[in-house]
Amino acid sequence: MSKLTLTTEGDTHVIVTRRFAAPPEALYRAHTDPKLIQKWLLGPEGWTMPVCINEAKPGGKFRYEWTNGKGAGFHITGEILELEPFSRIVHVERMYLPDPTPDNHIETRFDPDGTGTLMTMRMTLPDAQTRAAMLSTGMERGMEASYVRLEGMIQE
Amino acid sequence: MQSLDSTFSALADPTRRGILARLALGEATVTELAEPFEMTQPAISQHLKVLEDAGLIIRRIDGTRRPRRLARAGIEAMDQWLAMLRKALDKNYDRLDEVLSAMQPPSKQPRKGETR
Repeated sequence: MSKLTLTTEGDTHVIVTRRFAAPPEALYRAHTDPKLIQKWLLGPEGWTMPVCINEAKPGGKFRYEWTNGKGAGFHITGEILELEPFSRIVHVERMYLPDPTPDNHIETRFDPDGTGTLMTMRMTLPDAQTRAAMLSTGMERGMEASYVRLEGMIQE
Repeated sequence: MQSLDSTFSALADPTRRGILARLALGEATVTELAEPFEMTQPAISQHLKVLEDAGLIIRRIDGTRRPRRLARAGIEAMDQWLAMLRKALDKNYDRLDEVLSAMQPPSKQPRKGETR
């Protein structure tokens, strides 16, 4: 049984949902506190995030850098657009591969669900081809490094 | 039936994976497929030939157009990738579960000077 769902909506959206036992406040902190982000937003064994900057405020910037310790790595940068403790984060991000990908606009919601939380991430890409390209990037990571971040994919 | 080897080598190239991802959205012509990749049409046609030989895509004849679409094997290959991606994403969130359970519930944290 997987708690994760991953679907597409229209031509440009990707929706990820996941249930957690912890309350929304804990989820919110784990998504905004760099010390906590560094512990889980990683990928396969051996990958680490040596640089994790997150100015958790509206208009704040963030930068995450990953490495496998063997010379491979990449980074993303982004800006936080809206923050509603402890229920909602809206941000944009792009990945450098090494050229920047088109901006991915992401709304993350943490809704109370019993004693836990239902997280819903709604990603909006500029167009259908960018969404497809994001999928192929994910495929590449999956194959070459078994790595995937909060990437989209197509599930019809 | 195609060998597993030809499927894997066809999928070993990021452009070809991108083409499959694009075709997962529906049928497309060579011009449409070439657009996001900043590649010439002959270069794209070469990739399409590899995918076609591996049985991952099918070519249709429509007048002068030769639109491509995913073959059954291509759809299955995509499904496998998606399952793998979902598994990797799951792993991040399993790790987050551990981080969350290690966090003190904020309401139960003793305040300064407070005794339990």
